[in-house]
Parts: sequence; C-alpha cells; structure tokens
Amino acid sequence: MTRSHERRPVWGGVVTFVVLAVAWYMLTTLTNTIGSGRFSSPAETWDALRQIAFAGYADARLAEHILHSVKLVLLGFAAAAIVGVPLGLAMGASRGFEAFLNPTFLLIRPIPPLAWIPLAIVWLGLGDAAKVLIIWFAAFVPAVINSYSGVRSIEPYLIEAARMLGVPRAMLMREVLIPGALPMIFTGLRLSLQACWTTLVAGELIGAIAGLGHVLYQASLDIFPAMIVVGMGSVAVTAAVMTVGLSWIERRAIPWRQA
Amino acid sequence: MTAFAITRELSWQRRFVLSVAGIAAFFGVWWAAAASGLVAPQFLPTPLAVLEKFVALTQTTFVGYTLQQHLASSFGRFALGFGLAAAIGVPLGLLMGWFRGLDAIVSPLFDALRFVAPIAWVPFAALWFGTGIGGPVLVIFSGSFPPCVINAYRGARYVEPRFVEAAQTLGASHWRIITEVLLPASVPSIVAGLRVSAGLGWQSLVGAELIVASSGIGYLLVRGQANISTAIVMSGMIAIGIVGFAIDALLRRMERYISRRRGL
Repeated sequence: MTRSHERRPVWGGVVTFVVLAVAWYMLTTLTNTIGSGRFSSPAETWDALRQIAFAGYADARLAEHILHSVKLVLLGFAAAAIVGVPLGLAMGASRGFEAFLNPTFLLIRPIPPLAWIPLAIVWLGLGDAAKVLIIWFAAFVPAVINSYSGVRSIEPYLIEAARMLGVPRAMLMREVLIPGALPMIFTGLRLSLQACWTTLVAGELIGAIAGLGHVLYQASLDIFPAMIVVGMGSVAVTAAVMTVGLSWIERRAIPWRQA
Repeated sequence: MTAFAITRELSWQRRFVLSVAGIAAFFGVWWAAAASGLVAPQFLPTPLAVLEKFVALTQTTFVGYTLQQHLASSFGRFALGFGLAAAIGVPLGLLMGWFRGLDAIVSPLFDALRFVAPIAWVPFAALWFGTGIGGPVLVIFSGSFPPCVINAYRGARYVEPRFVEAAQTLGASHWRIITEVLLPASVPSIVAGLRVSAGLGWQSLVGAELIVASSGIGYLLVRGQANISTAIVMSGMIAIGIVGFAIDALLRRMERYISRRRGL
C-alpha cells in the first residue's frame, strides 16, 4: 500500500548518470567502438560547447541562438494565448457561439502544427514571420479548446447560484467563469508550450538564419556530431526552463489549487 | 436570461443551423478572399480548386507517386515506429512499475531525455539511419515512446494493492504477477497512452518527412512548397488530417470497447 507513495531513491539517478558517463567515455574515447563520425566523445562535446559559447557557430553564439528561439516562441505563444483564451472563454460562455465556431475547429484540429510549416513558408518565406505564425497556430488551438472546456467543467450550480443572486454578466465572467476555468487553461498552455517548442525547432531545421534548430541543421550538414549533441542538449535545457517558468506562473495565478 | 444559456443545452435544430452557418462562414470567407483577386491564386486557391487538386493528386503522380502511394509509405513508417515504441515501451513501463530498482535507474534518464523534442533527433536520425525508412522511424519512435512507458508505468503502479498482495500470498512469481495481474489491470491506462502516443508519432512523422525523406506525405508538402503550389500543400495537409483523425478514431473505439467490456 505504501508502495505507490514512496519516493524514488536519489542514488538511482546518480548511479545511472555516472554509469552512463563512464560508458560514454569508454565507448568513444578508450575503445573507440563508436567512431567520431557517428557520435562525439565527451572531450569533443566539451570543445563544441566552448566553441559555440565563445567563438560562435552557424553565424552566432549559443546565447544568441537561444535568445532568438525563445523570443520567437514567447511571441507566438503570447499572441496565441491573448487571442485563444478569450475566444475559448466566449465559446464556453455562450452555447450559440460554440455551436457556430466549434465545427470549424473540429475540421482544423486534426492537422498537426508541423504540417502548417510548408504553408507558412509559402505565405511568409523563411524569415521570423513564418515561424511566429506556426508557433501561434501550435498554441492557438489548444488554448481555445482548453479555455472552452475549462468553462464547461465548472459545476452548473455555481453559475446558476451566481445568476440567481443577480450577478451581472461581466462580473460572472470575472468572478466565476475565469477562475473556474484557470486550472484547465494552464494545463492547455503547458501542453501548447511544449508543442510550440517542437514546432519552432522543426521550423528552424527546415530553414532559418538563426536559432537552435538552425544550429542542428548546420551541424548535420557539417556532419559534426559533437555540435548536434550540444544543440540537442540546449533544446532540452531551454524547454525544461520554460516549463518550470510556466509552472511558477501557474502557482502564482492559481494559489488555491494544490499542484 | 442569456447567461442561463451557459448551463442549458441548445435544441438540436438551433445547434445544427448554427454549425452549418459556422462552416459556411469559414469556407465563405476563404472563398471570398481567394476569389476577390486580392491574393494570387498560387498563394490562396479557392476551396474548390484545392478539392480539384486533391482529386487530381489521387489520380496522377506528383514527385513520383500518387497521393495514396505517398500516404502508404508514410503510414508504413508510422506503423513501424509506433509499433516499435509500443513493443518496447509498454513492457518497459510495466517492469518499471514492478521492479523498484529498475524504476530508480531508468526514470531519471527518461525524465532527462523527455525534454528533447522528438524533432531534435532528426540530425542523428539522418546520420545513423539515413533518409529512407530508418531515419524517420527513429524520429517517430522518439515521439511515441514516452506516453507508452509512462502510461504502462502508471497503470502498473496504481493497481489495487489487494490484487498484488493476493497474488503474492498465493506464491505467484514476478513474471506471473506482471503478466497476469499488472498487465490486465493496466490495459485501460495503456490504451489511453497508445492513443496519445499515436497522435504524437503521426505528428513526428510529418516533421521528420518534411526534413529527411524522399517520399511520403511530408515530402509531398515540401515539394509543393518548393513549387509554390498552395493547392498541393493544402491537399497534403488535408490528407494528413484525415489519416491522423482516422488513427485517433480507431484507437478511441478500441478504448471505448475495452472499457465497456470491463463494465466501466
């Protein structure tokens, strides 16, 4: 019974990473089982990291690439949240509005955000505008759908009680619908942040002048495994930091809910 | 009066009329924008032109294959990547749910790798397995693997302790507990995971094919984009949407069937 509530021992993680690091060193450096054209050794990876951090690679330094990617993600994500959340709330608050808009969303929804990349490129070219468009799109549909289901998940008696007490419409929105929908809205935003990041990396892999996806693209053209590892690591670390940041905001915005 | 509309269902007639009006408005705006001549037809074709292109693509070849052949080669890659992810991920998740040591070793690694977007595997996929079938399959695998593991793991961890204790009291071996207690009890969770996993896998496939492939539906999109033919790109997007929807509908049916059989 206590099984499922026990915490994982910390030693497991430490042991895993130590063993993995040793195996990595042995296979690439000592025995050379994995050639340097396939995967990089720890020393090569460290050198690649130093190279991109200080001298720069693919036309910019690591910090600039990260900043460029993060800027685009935040721009598209914020635009999607600003348009999508109110639209979803409106769909939740009005059955008629929902019946009017929902079928169109059902039509568009099965098309994954990545499939919009070629269309965005045809329309807007390879610059930042196309990236912001696809990121916007990746976040927009989940933002709308989760805000809308968030309103729908509110217990009807709460809304009816508020109406019975003569609460005006704007106040109902502010005091009942928005707080009630917030947990689901944040779930949606968290999911879509992940989708945005994936979409951006894909977009930059296809064509860009800067950004982490561009680093990956350049490194795979140069057959430079060490730089690919550095690029993948940067993608992962940046995604992790953004997710943590959003959960921090979530805890501030919904203090009444225990995560 | 209006705010009560939040909690009250619309009559189906009103709902139907509004839905039709909504779809009509969507296509109407699209058609008006395209037909007005403000946007060149190669950037925004009319809905009808896209439909014509879609039909034409199923009959004549584009970049070597018809639309169905592109879809078939995409689907083959998807089935391979998704099948591998399920075949490795589900047993791994169950084992992690049962053996604490394995859990302690694998979970941290898994948590670290989860943050690498599947698409970021593309360079290594191309380097290690080429652009034929191996490369895209690795990318699909990395997209669909995590939900398989996580859901099998959760299913195994949250099995009623009574069942496990009963099996242990009766002297069942590890193998029998995993296959005859944990696996059946986790089936709903596993199927739910497979659905998520198929969705992510299909998306990753599209991404992988946009970058590394010489056939498939993603490749069709890229070539359409290179030819600046929005009609081809849109036809490809529609095909992707239809197949993705069909995969999801199939797994949803399976999910419902299983929960009905279990009387849930």
